[in-house]
Amino acid sequence: MAHKTENPRAWLFVAPVLLLVAFNAFIPLMAVINYSVQESFGNNLFFWHGIGWFEQIMNSERFQATLLRQGFFTFIILAIELPLGVAIALTMPKKGFWVPVCLVLMALPLLVPWNVVGAMWNIFALPDLGLLGATLNGFGWEYNMTSDPFDAWFTMILMDVWHWTSLVVLLSYAGLVSIPDAFYQAARIDGASRLSVFRFIELPKMKHVLTIAVLLRFMDSFKIYTEPFVLTGGGPGNSTTLLSIDLVKIGLGQFDLGPAAAMSLIYFLIVLTFSWIFYTLMTKNDPM
Amino acid sequence: MATIELQNLRHSYVPEPKGPEDYALKHMNFTWKDGGAYALLGPSGCGKSTLLNIISSLVTPSEGKVLFDGRDVTPLTPDQRNIAQVFQFPVIYDTMTVYNNLAFPLKNRGFSRQRIEERVREIAGLLEIEPLLQQRAANLSPDNKQKISMGRGLVRDDVNVIMFDEPLTVIDPHLKWKLRSKLKELHQSVQTTMIYVTHDQTEALTFADEVVVMEEGQVVQIGTPVELFEKPAHTFVGHFIGSPGMNILPAEMNGEGPSFHGTAVPVANPPARLEGNERLEIGVRPEFVRFARKGESGLPVEVLKTTDTGRYRLVFARAGDTKLHAILPEDESEAPTGQAEVIFDPERTRLYADGWLLEN
Repeated sequence: MAHKTENPRAWLFVAPVLLLVAFNAFIPLMAVINYSVQESFGNNLFFWHGIGWFEQIMNSERFQATLLRQGFFTFIILAIELPLGVAIALTMPKKGFWVPVCLVLMALPLLVPWNVVGAMWNIFALPDLGLLGATLNGFGWEYNMTSDPFDAWFTMILMDVWHWTSLVVLLSYAGLVSIPDAFYQAARIDGASRLSVFRFIELPKMKHVLTIAVLLRFMDSFKIYTEPFVLTGGGPGNSTTLLSIDLVKIGLGQFDLGPAAAMSLIYFLIVLTFSWIFYTLMTKNDPM
Repeated sequence: MATIELQNLRHSYVPEPKGPEDYALKHMNFTWKDGGAYALLGPSGCGKSTLLNIISSLVTPSEGKVLFDGRDVTPLTPDQRNIAQVFQFPVIYDTMTVYNNLAFPLKNRGFSRQRIEERVREIAGLLEIEPLLQQRAANLSPDNKQKISMGRGLVRDDVNVIMFDEPLTVIDPHLKWKLRSKLKELHQSVQTTMIYVTHDQTEALTFADEVVVMEEGQVVQIGTPVELFEKPAHTFVGHFIGSPGMNILPAEMNGEGPSFHGTAVPVANPPARLEGNERLEIGVRPEFVRFARKGESGLPVEVLKTTDTGRYRLVFARAGDTKLHAILPEDESEAPTGQAEVIFDPERTRLYADGWLLEN
């Protein structure tokens, strides 16, 4: 290689980024790691605790139940939002007057702040006043989100589908409109059925955007906090207590910093591992 | 296999066309003979892709009919018409192997496994892609992808016509030549009607038995490469085909024959009768322009420069305000410089009125 020019002033240009990353990511993460291996007392007294907290969390039935609940939630919303999002994208017009209309309608739920979504659905689901709650009760379903775990789950999933399916729709739509017309024309000439067109043209061409969609929806749903917290507060009982809600209870409610730190690290590693495995599998066969 | 007839065809992309300028394809009657190798040649936007898409039924014509062997197929879908089309950019099914890509049109039509296997092997052999059959099509080079696109058209041995829509656009120049000769060879072995759309005259002239030249939505000339070269029916053809294209000089009638700036220019088609208000032009190919020998008198020109290509010398000259090219054989002595006189071969110099060749 050619001779490299050394100029120490270059560090000046990198410094702002380093500082920013240090303060908003690196130092807080280190603090969490620090807490996760120590027992803390008042007056800033810390004692080494090794991997004790990790053992405790991994063996705790409460954590296992919450993790299972979280996995179930993520699985269901992925199972609904992905096919639904792709289906909606397929039916959207490709050109003309209705394109911007559809796009804006689709983008609307994404623009609503998360706590507003929670509050909206909380009111929407009120059994006596809410449109959804009152309607369901009117049809004879004794619907009450605050007392019935099934109703709470039903509402929580419906809310997430309402809020986030649009993201899958927009991503899929972007993938669909980027397919050149020649592909559809060639398929017509080859005598392909509608199903074949989807299976052999649209789906493969949407693979990359769908990978992104799955990753985003997986990570976001695994980390979800505000909406279910505002909607149900984790109840009734702890039937809708997802991982992040439980984490906040332990960390900020009970102020058990050690277990909370250990739990957030485990949590973080789960998201990271899953995303990595998924991404690697999906991009394995891609041409370089 | 079929004879394809276009009857009173017109097409406009505008819902309610007002004048001729709204038509992407102006009035057209044409017959493509069974088993012919045709090229559809014209600049971008001349309507050649529209014509192709009408034949393949990807576009429904605003007016007129498409007939296959005398049967009206205008309302039929592309797969019912049983045609094949190769597009500008290779269209392949990414997730399938090369084998399955080639087998796809046959599978969709319910052919037996054995028949499919036979056909795919045969076509892969013709295209020389047998070693790739089990590979995933997504990772291939553009020329191999384009071969697969062609292969999908060729596997069906009963297609009425195979159409190529500028198929070599994305291919490397040195492979272009190979693929082009491959195509020519394929046409000889399968004897299916082929229509090859291109804006590249070399591609058209090497591939086709007959070239259809289009401009602004209409056919300006149909003929063999030799006819297009020697007797262009329109100044556009003269200019578009040949490198450099035909010299076109404004002319006026002077007594008996046409003249340019007062110098009489004998032509092969002296007009019998003229309206008097036509725009007259003299067309002559640079190949048929030579410099006057001693004692001859010709059209005075100013020689600007001469370039030697190795095979011939190309002279850039100016007659008045009009540019003029002349091609001189390599063996001839010194090309003149400065003021000189040129003579056009009268057998191959023609008079055009409003762009069209005058019939005499």
